[in-house]
Amino acid sequence: MSARVITVSSGKGGVGKTTVTANLATALAMAGKKVVAIDCDIGLRNLDLIMGLENRIVYDLVDIVEGRCRLRQAMIRDKRHPELHLIPAAQTRDKSAVTPDDMVRVCDDLKNRVDYVFLDCPAGIEGGFRNAIEPAHQVIVVTNPEVSSVRDADRIIGIIEAKEKGPGQLIINRLKPDMISRGDMFSIDDILDILAIELIGIIPEDDNIVVSANKGVPVVMDKNESLAKMAFRNIAQRLDGNPVPFQDLTKKKNLLKRFRAWASRGK
Amino acid sequence: MGWFRNILNPKSHQSASVAKNRLQMVLSHDRFNISPQLIEEIKDDIIAIFVDRFSIDADAVEIHITRTPTESRLVAEIPILTPSRHRIARRAKRN
Repeated sequence: MSARVITVSSGKGGVGKTTVTANLATALAMAGKKVVAIDCDIGLRNLDLIMGLENRIVYDLVDIVEGRCRLRQAMIRDKRHPELHLIPAAQTRDKSAVTPDDMVRVCDDLKNRVDYVFLDCPAGIEGGFRNAIEPAHQVIVVTNPEVSSVRDADRIIGIIEAKEKGPGQLIINRLKPDMISRGDMFSIDDILDILAIELIGIIPEDDNIVVSANKGVPVVMDKNESLAKMAFRNIAQRLDGNPVPFQDLTKKKNLLKRFRAWASRGK
Repeated sequence: MGWFRNILNPKSHQSASVAKNRLQMVLSHDRFNISPQLIEEIKDDIIAIFVDRFSIDADAVEIHITRTPTESRLVAEIPILTPSRHRIARRAKRN
């Protein structure tokens, strides 16, 4: 077994890195893979809360790095999926407590124990981000269809290419098909034109995400089907090497929109 | 009749295309350290090179950066006016 290390980044905060990490890690664990998710946002941890494991933290990433516990002791097992583990970030320290080399060592130790290691980056391009990039085999860039997060994604793509971790793969999160068909939100093609990297997933805006965060139950575990759940499951499959087709999120076009599309064709 | 034109051609008031143009300008600065002002200076220099040699449409000179996964290039578009006065006049009228 040799674990694949996947880093989830975005540059800008609040675009959904942690939600993406929690759901992809959970979806792969539900598909029978051994998965560890590591929260690299030291001082501002949240992955524990989104995964619903906040009450089970004893040791954290900094404890591992500073030798206060063994790796295994800091891996919180998610009882709902025996093959899913979380290594939480320390809450009372800052980013300088961990170095890029420390992260490489931790991921090296995990290499023979799991199939996937997910690293949830902090926002920004400083220390915590550099820590999370160093051991990556693959970098996912999460963006929202709006100017500031696409701009920051472009910056991240530049940095991961400079560090030879590129080219990176894109997840577009919080898409609102209605706004796109009105011409008031970047379309998928607009974003791909600008960023010029491979698309690996599109996640529509979905109230279920907020509900799932409230409960600490990632949306991929919902009994009911939702667009977001389907989107996350598809991305997990693509990461695992199954090229499933993209959902059509703009199916429900009304007559006027179809007419508009027809009237402005070729422009 | 503005509303009817908007239905037929929503592009004219779409905020997404405004955003795309603004973002592309900003990104050429972020990526290559080329400021909009530098672009203007380059444009003036290019016009200065050509203006005595060709008759070019100085107002329509455009400079932008295109990008694919493998390369980026600075592209200058310099419309030449010479061949048909007739056509120019027609375009001027249309604009």
